[in-house]
Amino acid sequence: MSYLYYPGCCCSMKASGKAYEESLMAVLKKLGVTLEELKDWNCCGATMYMAIDQMQAFGMASRNLALAEQQCPNKTPELMAPCSACYVVMNKTKHFIEDYKEQVGTPIRNALKEAGFTYTGKTKVRHPLDILVNDIGLDKIRQHVKKPLKGLKVASYYGCLLVRPYSEFDDVHYPRSMDNLMEALGASSLEWPLKTRCCGGSMTGTVEDAGLRLSYIILNEAERRGADVVVTACPFCQTNLECFQQRIQRKSKGGISDLPILFFTQLVGYAMGIPERELGFHRLFVPFHFSPKQVVTEGVE
Amino acid sequence: MKDQHVHHFEHTDVKVGVYVCHCGINIASKVNVHEVVEFAKNLPNVTVATEYKFMCSDAGQDIIVQDIRSGKVNRVIVASCSPLMHEITFRNATQHGGINPYFFQMANIREHVSWVTAEKEDATVKAKALVAAAVHRVSKHTSLEKKYFPVNPNVLVVGGGIAGIQAALTIANAGKKVYLVEREPTIGGHMAKFDKTFPTLDCAACILTPKMSQVRSHPNITLWTYAEVENVSGYVGNFTVQVKHKKRYINADTCIGCKACVDACIGPENIPDEFNEGLSYRKPVYMPFPQATPSVVIIDENSCYHFTKGGCPPDFSSKNGHLSPQLQSLLRRANECFELRDFQETLKLTKEILKSSPEHQETLFLHAQTLYQLGMINEATEVMRNVMVKERCVAACPKGSVDLYQTEAISEIQVGAIIIATGFKTFQGERTTQYGYKRYPNVFTSLEIERLVNASGPTGGEIVLRDGKTKPKSVAILHCVGSRDLHSNRYCSRVCCMYSLKLAHLIKERTGAEVYNFYIDMRTPGKGYEEFYEKLCHENVHFIRGRAAEVTDWVLSKAELGKLVVRAEDTLLGMVRRVPVDMVVLSVGLEPQTDAEEVRRKFNISCSKEGWFLERHPKLAPVNTFTDGIFLAGACQGPKDIPDTVAQAGAAAAEALALIDIGYVEMEPNTAFITEENCSGCRICVALCPYTAITTDPVKLISVVNPALCKGCGTCVAACPSGAAQQNLFTDEQIFEEIEGVLEYV
Amino acid sequence: MQQETPKQIRFVGKLDPDFVQKMWRGWKKVKFEEEMDPQFAEKVASYPGCNTLFDCIQCGTCSGICPMGSFMEYAPRKIVGMIRAGFKGEVLTSYTTWLCASCYACTVECPKNIKITDIMYALKQLAIKEHMHPRRLPIPVLARQFFEIVKKFGRNNEGKVVINMYFRTNPLLPLRNLIMGIKLYLRGRIAFTQDKIQNIPQLTKILNTVKM
Ligand SMILES: Cc1cc2nc3c(=O)[nH]c(=O)nc-3n(C[C@H](O)[C@H](O)[C@H](O)COP(=O)(O)OP(=O)(O)OC[C@H]3O[C@@H](n4cnc5c(N)ncnc54)[C@H](O)[C@@H]3O)c2cc1C
Ligand code: SF4
Ligand code: SF4
Ligand code: SF4
Ligand code: SF4
Repeated sequence: MSYLYYPGCCCSMKASGKAYEESLMAVLKKLGVTLEELKDWNCCGATMYMAIDQMQAFGMASRNLALAEQQCPNKTPELMAPCSACYVVMNKTKHFIEDYKEQVGTPIRNALKEAGFTYTGKTKVRHPLDILVNDIGLDKIRQHVKKPLKGLKVASYYGCLLVRPYSEFDDVHYPRSMDNLMEALGASSLEWPLKTRCCGGSMTGTVEDAGLRLSYIILNEAERRGADVVVTACPFCQTNLECFQQRIQRKSKGGISDLPILFFTQLVGYAMGIPERELGFHRLFVPFHFSPKQVVTEGVE
Repeated sequence: MKDQHVHHFEHTDVKVGVYVCHCGINIASKVNVHEVVEFAKNLPNVTVATEYKFMCSDAGQDIIVQDIRSGKVNRVIVASCSPLMHEITFRNATQHGGINPYFFQMANIREHVSWVTAEKEDATVKAKALVAAAVHRVSKHTSLEKKYFPVNPNVLVVGGGIAGIQAALTIANAGKKVYLVEREPTIGGHMAKFDKTFPTLDCAACILTPKMSQVRSHPNITLWTYAEVENVSGYVGNFTVQVKHKKRYINADTCIGCKACVDACIGPENIPDEFNEGLSYRKPVYMPFPQATPSVVIIDENSCYHFTKGGCPPDFSSKNGHLSPQLQSLLRRANECFELRDFQETLKLTKEILKSSPEHQETLFLHAQTLYQLGMINEATEVMRNVMVKERCVAACPKGSVDLYQTEAISEIQVGAIIIATGFKTFQGERTTQYGYKRYPNVFTSLEIERLVNASGPTGGEIVLRDGKTKPKSVAILHCVGSRDLHSNRYCSRVCCMYSLKLAHLIKERTGAEVYNFYIDMRTPGKGYEEFYEKLCHENVHFIRGRAAEVTDWVLSKAELGKLVVRAEDTLLGMVRRVPVDMVVLSVGLEPQTDAEEVRRKFNISCSKEGWFLERHPKLAPVNTFTDGIFLAGACQGPKDIPDTVAQAGAAAAEALALIDIGYVEMEPNTAFITEENCSGCRICVALCPYTAITTDPVKLISVVNPALCKGCGTCVAACPSGAAQQNLFTDEQIFEEIEGVLEYV
Repeated sequence: MQQETPKQIRFVGKLDPDFVQKMWRGWKKVKFEEEMDPQFAEKVASYPGCNTLFDCIQCGTCSGICPMGSFMEYAPRKIVGMIRAGFKGEVLTSYTTWLCASCYACTVECPKNIKITDIMYALKQLAIKEHMHPRRLPIPVLARQFFEIVKKFGRNNEGKVVINMYFRTNPLLPLRNLIMGIKLYLRGRIAFTQDKIQNIPQLTKILNTVKM
């Protein structure tokens, strides 16, 4: 199995989401998946950019799609975009090129042609969660689990963009794939309704109060339901939910306490027995501790 | 067939009258009618050309009649609306004047011209061309005769909901024989599940059960439940229908509904009860509901031990002890032979059994044997039953009605008309995942609540949460679930606003709970419906205008702990509201039955794109289908409430009666025919005809059209490579002449 | 859209200015047809994916689900309604569009499949084009920053954008965020180098060709 890899720059896999990249690489390597970075990729044209000039944003995203075609001329290029925002924007671009031929499709195709590309639209934009659950499969992952996460209560947080509106691999209201993945690791996954509620990530930097309120709602609910850890699938969400916890605590007058926020790949790697350092655990603001021993006694009682 | 060509008038004989209609201003505002008339006067063979404000009026028709009678014309052209509207009117007028009605031709200058053309000049030119075409064509018309076929006076009604019941009773009361085929074990449909009905709040059972029992006892009605139509062939007035009787494992004719079998049954008791929407449980043998009609039980082969385990397990408490599998199979075989009245074989097998079976069975058997030898067959049978039969229901039934070896049976019937009344199904609540049906136990569908409020329902009319005991203190009713939503169904289901109000009233009355209705638009257009809404407003029910965004259980305040929270914008107040409740009711919409497409194909009718059966005309032929002799009634044609269903059922019954009572059907002569000498016998037309009207003559090896089945669609005419297939009123000659007319004057 | 008391309205006698103000506001609750822009809806609808806005039945699902709704002055349903009615001024100057987190919740919930999130994008673009966006709101500033950097380098640098934004809107803020920055830096989670793609001319070509 091999995929093209699109790191993205917005809340970068190279910067604030570094732990995501590290853990993702480690896990995929262990599972025998090879990655090839998309050559000379550019910004996906993410949300902010769409606000100024949507067509140019589509132009940027489509260049990535076309680059992928160029790099994989003989097969369907599968472009892995770990950031939910990139994932959505590139999928959206694909859809708009097809759905609004006159307004979007033709100008974009023309522009790409001018720039020397042939665009057929065959690039598939995939998210690592989709790849892990549907391509690699839970059975294979189960086989690789060395340290089952018995007794760990995980709140799977998909974030707003992962399952809507353009992805097709899970339900838009109540997705289950990450929960199934966590259960495959031996953890118990929390039934909670905020799996896809917006964390406010795009607001925290600008209208802080609004952003923090949204994060508070999610953290508070996860904590109320007894989550030991929240796992996310987007560097945006992770940073937002984790780094601002102190501020939220201050604002909500102690409404929440420290809650570790991990990338789902970090937990997968952890259960597979990959050393914590390789998974970027040292980059966390809120450290994650898990001692299966204590849980075993709990189980006996 | 060839004699249809004989009346060939010479051109000199032809005297055409052209009558141009103003249709009020529908035509006259776009077409210069006067100019068209002047133009027509100069066309070949035209002897009269005139105009009139409304040709279809009595006075208008009279102009035609008088002109024919006075010998001025013998061909008639009316340039007016579409043939669908008034072709029959003017044909009748033509006939009334004294000539063959098929010497008439219509030029459609309304739908084809005035309504669709922007410029007056263009419209006038186009109208002239169409008139010229008609004048040309009509000179080639020949006189044709209608055909008549006898009609079978029996009627088949498919589906025994309120629609089917009403239609069947109306027809039966008129003295005609009706077959009512229902696929469930009982008739009654959805209405049988309700407690009260809007807007009058009268008790559904009180108005429905008498009708159900009338159906059961009516001498003119043959009721077949747990049966389905397998195949339909034939044509209007002469349908042959095969009905499949599914395996109920009970002899429906002899069962008296005493339920001794149910009491005796030792099978699992946890099968979700279909009639109660799974809110209660039943045994493998069960009565669908207390007022089931017919009052006959049914055995569910998916749970009955006889089918799942090869027989009721032995009763360990009795002296019989455990039966080895070998013995069980011997018993079963013996039993089979016994049922087949092969006593010789039975005896042989029984002797084998007796070698290893407990003593008292032996005694019994010997006793039976004696009786048998004495010729007391019935008694012997009775005793043998006790020896052989291990299935408790079989043993318990006083009538010998349980028949675990029942096979499917087919009845073939002849009917003249068919009424389809197969109803609807409700939208599956779990499809709108945002409302958490099946995820949160206390989210219910409206149909479940109908069962809960029903006095003969699973809780005896108590409205309780899924735990079976707690009364809700607050209830949210969400409208438009699965309706008016492009994710599921685009249309409005029409009855759910009203039934939501009904349920709000009943819940308030029975529990005193706070009830919140979340609605987009309150649709209460019906007699007494708005008044019902007003009444509810006075009952202190909360109305929130806003579609519920989600049902969830995350909390923002203490009051929300342990509750379901409905989030919605109160659009009239412009505020988002979070309403914590104990129970959520989804007012699910109405959808076509899952097998609608199959039924459509079987009966050769059409469906709208949603899957509702399509009426011939939404206003003027609401219960007719595009297939003559097949009518629609009730919710299978589109969502509707009971008053509308009953009215429509009456209309369908009247249409069916009108058809069968007169005793014959009239067929338009515009059918296809095959000119023998041209047909090469290639059989292309046989395969293409959508009405299977063409067969191959086994002797001459050429195609033959059955005029009773031919709908005059012209498919064969267009397809025939030898030009052998021709069609009355659309002969090559007529069509070429028509084209010539258009070309000459454009 | 500064609201001024029209000259022709005279209040008799001495009135409490507060009361006048209130009356005036009440008076503004009446919207005159000539204040509307009848072409506004069409203009918004001309953006790709936005023409479904005419299907809106004002059911409120979008406002009900919107996580940002409580911060907006007109929640999404009202925005859609106001676009249809032609409230151009109110819509384009409002904070609402800039408070949209583009979470697509409304878009997936709308029973009429209206792409509300895309309508919000269209409004942002229109507001910028017509210079009507709220001045001191940091979001448009951030967006513009982001836009310029990406256009120039093909990739973005988070740190740079944010710093620029703070200086344009509220110069005191960076101090507060300094600690956060240091924390991120210590964990190797912040990058100060500007990433750049190789084939800038190719990208520029695409961007110039599609310019709206
Ligand atoms: C929750 C709810 C509450 C309602 N409350 C009210 C109310 O208070 N007042 C009111 O006026 N209306 C009410 N209605 C509407 C009412 O249910 C319908 O108007 C009515 O049931 C329509 O009757 P029907 O006979 O057309 O269809 P159905 O009741 O659906 O009956 C159809 C019958 O045909 C049978 N059938 C289906 N397919 C086949 C087949 N292929 N072969 C043989 N048989 C077949 C079915 O088994 C069924 O018995 C309510 C609807 C719902 C969903
Ligand atoms: S015991 Fe026999 S008669 Fe009585 S309900 Fe059962 S099958 Fe019918
Ligand atoms: S009847 Fe009322 S509840 Fe039902 S779909 Fe129509 S508007 Fe919605
Ligand atoms: S959800 Fe859709 S239809 Fe409903 S108010 Fe919002 S935009 Fe309009
Ligand atoms: S996309 Fe914007 S308007 Fe829609 S729900 Fe999310 S924040 Fe609200």
